[in-house]
Amino acid sequence: MPFFPHTQQDVAEMLARIGVPSIDALFDEIPRALQCAELSGLPAGLNEMAVVRLAQARAQQDGFYANFIGAGAYEHHIPAAIWPIVTRGEFYSAYTPYQAEASQGTLQLLYEYQSMMAGLTGLEVSNASLYDGASALAEAILMAVRAARGGARRVLVPATVHPRYRAVARAIVAHQGIELVELPYCSERGHSLAEALERQDPTGLAAVVVPQPNFFGVLEPVDRLTDWAHAHACRVIAVVNPVSLALLKPPGQWGEKGADICVGDGQPLGVPLSSGGPYFGFMTARMELVRQMPGRIVGRTVDLEGKPGFALTLQAREQHIRRAKATSNICTNQGLLVTAATLYLALLGPQGLKEVALACHARTRDLVARLTAIEGVARVFSGPYFHEAALRLPAKVPEVLRALRAQGILGGYDLGRDYPELADALLVCATETKTEDDLNDYAQKLARILSRRREAPPCAYKS
Amino acid sequence: MLIFDLSRPGRRAAAQSVGPALAPDDLPAELLRQAPPPLPEVSELDAVRHYTRLSQRNFSIDTHFYPLGSCTMKYNPRACNAVALLPQFAARHPLADADTGQGLLACLYELQEMLKAVTGMAGVSLAPMAGAQGEFAGVAMIRAYHHARGDRARSEIIVPDAAHGTNPATAMMCGYSVREIPTDRDGNVDLDALRAAVGPHTAGLMLTNPSTLGVFEQRIVEIQAIVHEAGGLTYYDGANLNAILGRVRPGDMGFDVIHMNLHKTFSTPHGGGGPGAGPVGVSERLLPYLPVPIVVEESGYYRLVGEEERPQSIGRLSAFGGNMGVLLRAWTYARMLGREGMRQVADYAALNANYLAAELKRAGFDLAYPERRASHEFIVTLKRLKEATGVTAMDFAKRLLDYGFHAPTTYFPLLVPECLLIEPTETESKATLDAFVAAMIKVREEAMREPQLVKTAPHNLPVRRLDDVRAARELDLVWRGQSS
Repeated sequence: MPFFPHTQQDVAEMLARIGVPSIDALFDEIPRALQCAELSGLPAGLNEMAVVRLAQARAQQDGFYANFIGAGAYEHHIPAAIWPIVTRGEFYSAYTPYQAEASQGTLQLLYEYQSMMAGLTGLEVSNASLYDGASALAEAILMAVRAARGGARRVLVPATVHPRYRAVARAIVAHQGIELVELPYCSERGHSLAEALERQDPTGLAAVVVPQPNFFGVLEPVDRLTDWAHAHACRVIAVVNPVSLALLKPPGQWGEKGADICVGDGQPLGVPLSSGGPYFGFMTARMELVRQMPGRIVGRTVDLEGKPGFALTLQAREQHIRRAKATSNICTNQGLLVTAATLYLALLGPQGLKEVALACHARTRDLVARLTAIEGVARVFSGPYFHEAALRLPAKVPEVLRALRAQGILGGYDLGRDYPELADALLVCATETKTEDDLNDYAQKLARILSRRREAPPCAYKS
Repeated sequence: MLIFDLSRPGRRAAAQSVGPALAPDDLPAELLRQAPPPLPEVSELDAVRHYTRLSQRNFSIDTHFYPLGSCTMKYNPRACNAVALLPQFAARHPLADADTGQGLLACLYELQEMLKAVTGMAGVSLAPMAGAQGEFAGVAMIRAYHHARGDRARSEIIVPDAAHGTNPATAMMCGYSVREIPTDRDGNVDLDALRAAVGPHTAGLMLTNPSTLGVFEQRIVEIQAIVHEAGGLTYYDGANLNAILGRVRPGDMGFDVIHMNLHKTFSTPHGGGGPGAGPVGVSERLLPYLPVPIVVEESGYYRLVGEEERPQSIGRLSAFGGNMGVLLRAWTYARMLGREGMRQVADYAALNANYLAAELKRAGFDLAYPERRASHEFIVTLKRLKEATGVTAMDFAKRLLDYGFHAPTTYFPLLVPECLLIEPTETESKATLDAFVAAMIKVREEAMREPQLVKTAPHNLPVRRLDDVRAARELDLVWRGQSS
């Protein structure tokens, strides 16, 4: 059921004007031997009703769960006003604003977005977004290496940075001879070991990555890490959760001089979880680094009557102009998701965003208190945390998660998947969407599962 | 008027308040924010009205003919969005177990299989989040293949001069140097130049077909054979897949890698510049290197497979495996089209492009390759008009905006002077194409009669011609408190 408007008469008239007998004749420059007959392996077309019914049935099969997983993607309330505006055809079906005069809506929105992100992170400039938080970290590493003096190509990446972010950074920077060096964490408190950093040889070091909060939810000693990096002439790349910045010190104020580049995933700002995307990556930086930034950047200017307007700017950094010498091969941003985030930040405002951050933190503290009241459950790390915490369980984590899932609860993220030393640890998160009843329900079910486990062999409740 | 200009201290969208919460007595004071972030303080209606009005300052497919060459700006069916936003799909956490996502994974698996069928490749990964990331994945796989065979001497990627800028930029990101080869008079790759360029240093060739010149590369089989004989691999840039969907398959042409832009060919929206999705398809020999995750099906059970089970993979390109919501939109589109519809996409895209080219030629416009069939797009060059009137392709494009048409792509490809790259797509009607021809004729008449009118266009849009030079010279990238 394709979407073309042609009647048979249109087709006949158009072919006559072209001067060919058939549509097939339009493909006569393609070697005949290559042309395929009917595509096998593809189903027949369906009408909209049938496809939507099929999708609905599959969505229902997946169902809903009470979600306590965070680990880089966070369940937040999305104000109802956001998505009807995001999916207005004028935003939804426009493209990159190459024709600025016909794209002032998208361009002004991006300028407002850049302003909000710069303000939130305490840095001077922002780009118009990247694909996601992980690829934004990879781009920040490339950017720091480009800006480094003396060809420095080593970057310190703490083990407390999201494991998937580290994997993506490796995959993307691997081909350019950049060395990513892991920095260990304190097994008691859960933050990066500043002492281990201070023992590093700073020769050839381009940057230090500093997450806040880190993957375990633990707060890092950002001032000390930042100051060490700057004392050794390397840049600081902050990796942050944007919601946390309503409460936590912005990267632009870390240490004496502030972080140089800040990246993260914008998903918490009005973007649905959607099994992993589309989200967007944000990137802000000091002004002195703006020409090293990847991606689209919007600037305010004037038209020929002196009236203010907006346009893509500094395009000489980009692949469509600079080709092989561009700062990145990136061509798109994540415009639609940035539209959602801009609306989210406008609707929440400084006070609303702070309330969300405080509520997330309070719910997680409440959850941690309820869960650690269960015999054998304890916090893994003693350091202060925001909005997410690692808990040690007196049972095998995958089995407990399976049992919880059978009762409608996604209990958290199994840290043993990425950290062998944390095989008995679970990362839990509760946001503002969870009520006391939700927390209580989780605690009760976990208590029951763990006590049954003490009384019966594990296979008794396999689901 | 910026959203910040509407801000008043203490104003709020009260319904969005989640209520007061405990002060964070457990967090060290030195880690807390001192001053609130400089976000606007507005009511819900302020925000809704402001952004609704902003949207009205855009051209879009839903409101205007948008023949932006090389971007495939076709209608984005609404059903695709409705499916992606089904509440269970929208709410699912990316790290939830596969048990909780069998419905979603079934859709992704089907999409993966349909893309295999339509490209003729041996395997597909849905992981890349955009076309440029698909290119990155493709070239990284080529590199992984050579390295796995102990062949580290191959240091160069060959790119025709008509290529998108992402091709050379991608090759560089993958640690290669770039060798450009020229295009011949008919718009084909210069085969002698290609033969001279290949050798033991050749890692691969990146080729867009149909090319950005809007023509099908007629000696495509020879081209891939030349590169393969030299030990290089061949990369098919699928940016223009819309032109050949269901007609001819890159796998049958002998290519090793292809990326697809789902926001073009599979009609997921462009969203003001994204999100996209850039799945990659590969030949047998590149299967082990596909980026993860891959969707697999075992006795009716679906799951995502990561690097643990695919140790030779080039790795992960995103934290959570790709733009799932975009992939769901593409699945919806592909299921609606089916096998017949896929072929009709190419048929009607070619019909519209060739019709529009014929009509413009008849009206006296110069086609860059008048002897060639248009694929799904074609190039008009305004070189003669510029010489006669001083009116440039940019001026011409801006005047088209005044007549309610989004401009074609201008000044790309770089080979053709004063060019307009025009891609009407299959979803436009003959009446719309005829109206566009009339506007082209009208602007040309204006250029002849009153060039200043065209040179100072646009006249009817929210802003007049913008000062790009000032935008780059006096950088104003964030609002700093002064009112506009």
